[in-house]
Amino acid sequence: MKLDLILRVGTKLILPFILIFAPYVHFHGDYGPGGGFQAGVIIAAAIILYAIVFGLDAAKRVAPQGLIERLVPLGVLLYASAGLPAMLSNKGRYLDYGVFGHHFAHAHEWGILIVETGVIITVSSTMLAIFYAFADRSRR
Amino acid sequence: MSSLQEHLPILQILVPLFGAILTAFTRSGTTAWAIAAVSSAISPFISAALLIKVTTTGQPISYVMGPWAAPWGIEYRVDLLNGFILLLVSLIGLVSIPYARKSVAQEIDSHKQSWFYTMYLLCLTGLLGICITGDAFNAFVFLEVSSLSTYTLIALGRQRRALVSAYQYLVMGTIGATFYIIGVGLIYIVTGTLNFVDLAARIGPAMPELSRPIIAALAFMTVGISLKLALFPLHVWLPNAYAFAPSFATAFLAGTATKVAIYLLLRIFYTFFSNAIPFYSLPISEFLLVLSLAAMFVASFTAIFEENAKRMLAYSSVAQIGYITLGIALANKIGLAGSLVHMFNHAIMKTALFFALGAMVYRTGVARMSSLSGIGRKMPITTAAFVVAGLGLIGVPGTAGFISKWYLAMGAIEHGWIWLVFLIVLSSLLAVVYVGRFIEIAYFREPSSDIADSHEPPLSMLAPLIALAAATIYLGFDTRLTGGVARQIADFLLSGVVLGGTQ
Amino acid sequence: MIEWQAIVGHYNYYVTVFLMVAGLYIVIAHGNMIKSLIGLGLFQTSVYLLYISPGKIVGGTAPIIDPKYTDYSNPLPHVLILTAIVVGVATLALGLALVVRISEEYGTVDEDEIVAMDQDQ
Repeated sequence: MKLDLILRVGTKLILPFILIFAPYVHFHGDYGPGGGFQAGVIIAAAIILYAIVFGLDAAKRVAPQGLIERLVPLGVLLYASAGLPAMLSNKGRYLDYGVFGHHFAHAHEWGILIVETGVIITVSSTMLAIFYAFADRSRR
Repeated sequence: MSSLQEHLPILQILVPLFGAILTAFTRSGTTAWAIAAVSSAISPFISAALLIKVTTTGQPISYVMGPWAAPWGIEYRVDLLNGFILLLVSLIGLVSIPYARKSVAQEIDSHKQSWFYTMYLLCLTGLLGICITGDAFNAFVFLEVSSLSTYTLIALGRQRRALVSAYQYLVMGTIGATFYIIGVGLIYIVTGTLNFVDLAARIGPAMPELSRPIIAALAFMTVGISLKLALFPLHVWLPNAYAFAPSFATAFLAGTATKVAIYLLLRIFYTFFSNAIPFYSLPISEFLLVLSLAAMFVASFTAIFEENAKRMLAYSSVAQIGYITLGIALANKIGLAGSLVHMFNHAIMKTALFFALGAMVYRTGVARMSSLSGIGRKMPITTAAFVVAGLGLIGVPGTAGFISKWYLAMGAIEHGWIWLVFLIVLSSLLAVVYVGRFIEIAYFREPSSDIADSHEPPLSMLAPLIALAAATIYLGFDTRLTGGVARQIADFLLSGVVLGGTQ
Repeated sequence: MIEWQAIVGHYNYYVTVFLMVAGLYIVIAHGNMIKSLIGLGLFQTSVYLLYISPGKIVGGTAPIIDPKYTDYSNPLPHVLILTAIVVGVATLALGLALVVRISEEYGTVDEDEIVAMDQDQ
């Protein structure tokens, strides 16, 4: 890997832009194509690129496997919990986001944002978990 | 607590779902088991409360997600039929979970145990979800949630053949689920709706004759779900999957997975097409009858010559599913009631049989018939429970199996098909042969060297087994829960207008 | 008189059916497990087309209410298919993971060879 100077420098240059593009896609999901799925995959792609160029061990220092494996359920937990407040406060049914604001549209924007945050966490960590699982195999 | 009452339908799903999420955080098998136990213990109470509410009020319970009203938003709808199946699934979950601890601890590597329970809870979530949802696409999503977790559970078996079985089931199961979703897609293109009740209303009166896409959709959905419920000859994935999965997974799946698929088939026949009456305009009934009979005979014959005890029980499952679909094919009230009763009874009996066999494998490590000879002397209680459930499978009077076969025979007589009654009795004789073969091996042969130092399994495994064996006897005498409710459901399904009329 | 409009107008269904049958054929015809999974993926993809294509209305725009537009495409099929795609990806990932494990255990990914190996035992 020592000789691939262009690859290493190029990757380092491009990584911050990939990582900034992810939240852009994430928040843009309100108005156009985008959202948690795409943003999650972009984040995962950034780390996978890092792993390909700098090696799996370097990537695992950035995103440790134990952390990734716990982020998968965390995102789902966030998604599933977003439906609970309305139910628990007795103001609506499960997945009713009306409690997050006074105006219907605003409240739902907040609700969807929480859901999408759950999605971005789960999708990015799932993609990485799949990558780690397959990449580890070849070493045995 | 009125607010809690109102949210019961969603809590039925949320309890195992949150359980699954929490188990995914832990790496300790014991903690994961505790979470799974709590979730599985709460579920039957919710199902029972729902079923009691439905039977007392006589009205389906409807629950919509968020602020979106029924035909547009996703609706959970509990009526008699799915209330009954929900109770069945969650009860099997409840009796399985004490059994799981020791069995899983032995068969699964310690660092995989928490994942195993995550998959079990996801499977439970998916199965309960298929039952409770009132939305055709949502049913597909839950179907895949349960299927994907099932593939994982099977692949965790100890032998390498478990992997191949899981792969084959994955391919077959995905084709089945995709067929189902093609059917849903065709219906959606024609009607523009996915809600069960709304669909029934739109397919019926709006279209006096079934249009071609609707018939194609019915065909796709029937074939797809038949793959999932292992209707003969689409059953080839089942024997290997059951034989090589971990014991606990086999017992849980044998009791629940195929039953839920049968529920979905009933839902399609009697809700989607309730106003279109497919049974009278298309030859579904005849096809189903022939395939059911083929399953009853061919699978039973295969079971007789099977050397692996787990595979023997798996083939017997295929045969017993034949009885259930036979009741659907009869399409009269008593036959349908028989089908539903057998669904419940078979779940109890087959789970008991797999528990007993799992306990034997737990102590001896072998599932070959020849190695298990003389097991009746080493593990008398386990073998006795196996025999009781086996007698139920044959349909001996005084066991649960007799009641369901009685209903089926009555249904056949109502059509005037005496020959069918003979065939039912004849196929039961095949069950006598394969259960009898096991009894002969277990009691009348000298213990083999493989089982020399084995003894009864721990109480946590024995108690669920005894409970299910006792239930097999109890349900043979007291038929209020099975027969009574099943007759009500059959009434409700055949009246046809119940669901279509509410919109 | 051939109704060309009806035949050509349904071209999306021809594509769907072709992909569907091709995918299913690959699943059945190939002993190689990876190729079977590719066929399975193709089969599932055809269903996405089945749902998505009728959702488009000619001249319709994205379903965000605006006084300038009157025709909107149906967003529901897209939502459904987003879910179906995730299910498809999960199935494919699980299938490939199984094939990796099978390859480690058996040293081959050919289904016929594996069945033969199991029968030898």
